[in-house]
Formats: sequence, C-alpha cells, structure tokens
Amino acid sequence: MIANLVLNSMTGRESDRSTSREYLRDLILVLTQKEVQVRYRNTWLGYAWSLLHPLTFAIVYYIAFGVIMRVPIDNYAGFLIVGLFPWQWISQALGTAPNIFLANASLVKKVNFPWNALVVSTVGNFGVQFVLSLPVMAGTALWYGSSPSFAWLIGIPVLAVIQFATLYGLSLAIACTNLFFRDLDRLVSLAIAFLFFLTPITYSVRMVPAGYEPLLILNPVAPIMLSWQQLFLSGRFLWPSFAAAVVIATVSVWFGTWLYGRLSLRFAEVI
Amino acid sequence: MTSIAFHRVTKWYPRYHHVMKGLKHSLLHPVDTIRGFRAEGFLALDNVSFEIARGEAVGFIGANGSGKSTTLGLMAGVLAPHTGEVIAQGRVAPLLELGSGFHFDLTGRENIFINGILLGLTRRQVQERFEDIVRFSELEKFLDQPLRTYSTGMVARLAFSIAAHLDPDILLIDEILSVGDLHFQVKCRKKIDEFRRRGVTIILVSHASGDIRALCDRVIWLEAGRIAAQGPSGEVLAAYEQAQSREMEGVLRPTGT
Ligand SMILES: Nc1ncnc2c1ncn2[C@@H]1O[C@H](COP(=O)(O)OP(=O)(O)O)[C@@H](O)[C@H]1O
Ligand SMILES: [Mg+2]
Repeated sequence: MIANLVLNSMTGRESDRSTSREYLRDLILVLTQKEVQVRYRNTWLGYAWSLLHPLTFAIVYYIAFGVIMRVPIDNYAGFLIVGLFPWQWISQALGTAPNIFLANASLVKKVNFPWNALVVSTVGNFGVQFVLSLPVMAGTALWYGSSPSFAWLIGIPVLAVIQFATLYGLSLAIACTNLFFRDLDRLVSLAIAFLFFLTPITYSVRMVPAGYEPLLILNPVAPIMLSWQQLFLSGRFLWPSFAAAVVIATVSVWFGTWLYGRLSLRFAEVI
Repeated sequence: MTSIAFHRVTKWYPRYHHVMKGLKHSLLHPVDTIRGFRAEGFLALDNVSFEIARGEAVGFIGANGSGKSTTLGLMAGVLAPHTGEVIAQGRVAPLLELGSGFHFDLTGRENIFINGILLGLTRRQVQERFEDIVRFSELEKFLDQPLRTYSTGMVARLAFSIAAHLDPDILLIDEILSVGDLHFQVKCRKKIDEFRRRGVTIILVSHASGDIRALCDRVIWLEAGRIAAQGPSGEVLAAYEQAQSREMEGVLRPTGT
C-alpha cells in the first residue's frame, strides 16, 4: 500500500507521467542496491559498524542513565537496545537527507529521471541495514529479558514500512529545501540531536512530567518509537501510537511529495 | 517530422543568491530576501524559436554564457521555460560528462546497470544490450574491476558506449566529444553517423568547429541568448569565425592612438 503510495507520488512531474511502473521499480531497486553495495563493498566492517554504533551507545547510556542516574526502568539495557536500532535508521536517513540531491548535482542538471528515487534509495539503504541488524537487535533484547512473540512476525514488517514512509517524506522535504537554503544541513544535524532527547529512547513516556507531553506529541518520530518498544518489550501493538504513526507517515509522504512537486522544476537552476 | 521545436522560448533565471546565502541570512534580512525573489533575474534565452527535424544533426555555437547549455537543459526537460513552448519528441539522452552517474568503487558491470537505468532503460533493456555495450567499449577484460582502476579514457569509453546503446530519439552532447584515444574517437564518429542514418536527432555543442563541421548539417549561433545566425554549417561557422577573429583584432590592436 505504502509502496504504491510512494510509486504514485513519483509520477508527479509532468515529464515523468509516461514512466512505467516497471521502470520506476527497477530504478529504485538498482539505486538502493548501489547504495548497499557501496556500503558493504570494502569490508565486512560495513555490517559491523551498523551494529557497533547502536550497541556502543547502548552501553554509554546504560552507564550514564542506568547505573549513575538510576533511571527507574526494568530491563533498561533491553529497553535501550530496542530504541537505539530504529533510531539509527532515523538519524542516518535525516542526517544524509540535506545532501541527497546535491551529491548528484551533475545528474540532476542533465538527466530528467524521477529524482525522488534518490531519496527512496538513500532511506531504503539505511532501512536495509536496519533489517539486517534485526536478528542482533531481537537477540540482544531477548538476552536482556524480553520474550519473543508471534506479533513480531507481522509487527516488524508493518512498523518498518511505516517508518520508511515517514522518513521518505521527511527526507524528501529536507532534500528539496536544502537546495534553496544551503545551510539547512547544520540545522538538521542540530534538530536530530534535539529530536533524540525528545524521543523516549533513554527514558520512558511514563517518566515525562505532566505538562511536557506536548513535546512528545509534536515529535514526528515519537509514536513509531513507542510502537517499536511496545512490540519488542511486551509483544503487543500499542494502538494509539500505531494509529498516530500511520497518520504521521501519510502526512509526511504527502507533504514531501507536495514540496517536491512545487520545487523540482527549479532544481536544475539552483543546484 | 519535427523532433525538437522551440516556440518563442524565454528562459529567465531568477536570482536565488539571497536565499542561497542560507536560512540564517534569509531570516535576518527578510526584506532583502523578498526583494531578492522579486528582483530582476538573468535572461539566458530571449525569444528563441527554431525547429529541428528528426534525424538532423544540429550544432550550437556561441561564446561562454550565450545560452547553449540552457538550451540543452530545456530539451532534456530538466529546465522549464519561463515563457514559450519547448517540444522534444521521444527519448532524450544526454551524453553525461565524465564520471557523472558512475560510482568509482563499483565495477564496470555494476556501473553499466546503474547508468543505463539512470538514463531511462529498464533492467531488462540493459540486460539485452549488455553484450553490445561491453563489446563496443572494448573493456571486456576490466568489466569486473572497480571503476577507480580505469583510466579517464576508459571511463569515457564506457560512458559513450552506454549512451550509444540507449536507443535515444535525441542525443544531446554538450562539449564532451573529445574522449578516449584517437581509435575510440573514430569509433564514436562512426556511431554518430550510424545514429543519423537511423534517424536519431543529434544536438552538438562544441568549441571545436572541426567537430561541428564534420558532424552537423546545420548550425545555430547563439549570442547573449538570441539566435545570431543559423543555416548550413559551413556558412554559419565561417561567419562565426570571422566575427571571432575581428574581436581578436580589436583586442590586439592598440586603441585610442
Ligand atoms: N542556474 C543558473 N542560475 C543563474 N544563471 C544561470 C544559471 N545557469 C546559467 N546561467 C546564466 O545564463 C547564461 C547562459 O548560460 P549557459 O546556458 O550555461 O551558457 P553556455 O552553455 O552557452 O556557456 C549565463 O550568463 C549564465 O551565467
Ligand atoms: Mg555550457
């Protein structure tokens, strides 16, 4: 469904209307494959890094917040790990987003292909890394006291798709805007740092004092994060968060697509 | 049959400089920014009209900044005209400049797929043409080496071979014909001749009037966004060269005495 939404949204620019589905599918596949290949080409460390980064931060936060500041969360190590892997996907995608079109300037200047496929492949590449790290993430979570559940079989793919759509829309909007406001990438890296601490990853929602909840509601990635935690830690769907995550994903794809439609005619002029 | 038509095309580049200075600047100087949006832009093409028939080979000449690349951008559909109408029938394939669309850590084989798809082929179509592309490039032995081990000439050969097998209806070449060694250049010329026989429209921008004279039937001379002259290659090139040498004399001759 979301794949269709993304595909449909890609046929927006006038000259793209004739592009066939087969072509779009191939374009996305090959570009994503390229990103993944480039990442894993040199060594197996490519894979190791995508595990090492969240695991290292899990240790750091465990020491800082679990041991020293004594955050009152049962199974805090498992809680951290379940949050940090999806977060890695979010932060990598949004952090790369400002430069997606700029990095392909010479192509955008000359070739009229659906440029948003570049965004799909970038977000998709980090998504592939997330999926590949799922066994480690689930394994570690189990080790630290979660219990496996059948809900994972459906829940994981569904949440992954929702997160993909959310990140695609946001990244597309960021990538488009950055062509016109070139210092957006600094703002984005600041925003990501903010977002991390405004997302319940190192703390749980229950710890947020009354009056501060709006901060979480304004955060576009909080609901999906809550859904991941609930799914992995209790094997259940947290319906309100899930519904919110679906709405946010839809709005995000719609907004990104709308902005792209407005601005892409000017890309070759400003890039 | 018409392949490309420009009807009274005006291309106007707005000045985005205010915005490009960054968000901080825009927020600190809102008035400046809004004025920047409205302020005059730059007129790169001024009321340009021409028609190019299918299978014609047309050269564009003119000084730097006269609007040649803008014209090709409009043909490729990456730019939109400000006023007027641009028509380009069929698949337009730009010959990319060196290395754009290639990834240097990936092999020649992988890059053929990536580049072919970026230029509009499906995977199946690349697969069908794969053998031909490789044979034409004469890079069989290096196919599974990463592109960073290729010489500049080899990358250029790969790029041209892919472009040559796209089956475009219109081929756009912006000042990048002198690629590879002499042997390969001869091959490129032959391929372009073959294209013309098959009815592919060829648009060539070049500083080397030799290339244009050899390949093009017709030349359009642009000057400051307008058509200064157009017609058979020999005539227009002669006029252009004469104008250039007059300009040179003007520079060389001491003035004011
Ligand atoms: N993206 C752009 N934004 C603003 N001005 C541009 C842009 N691209 C080209 N121009 C201006 O338009 C004019 C024509 O440029 P171009 O078509 O690249 O010329 P040519 O290829 O003949 O050298 C030049 O004066 C150039 O400065
Ligand atoms: Mg130029």
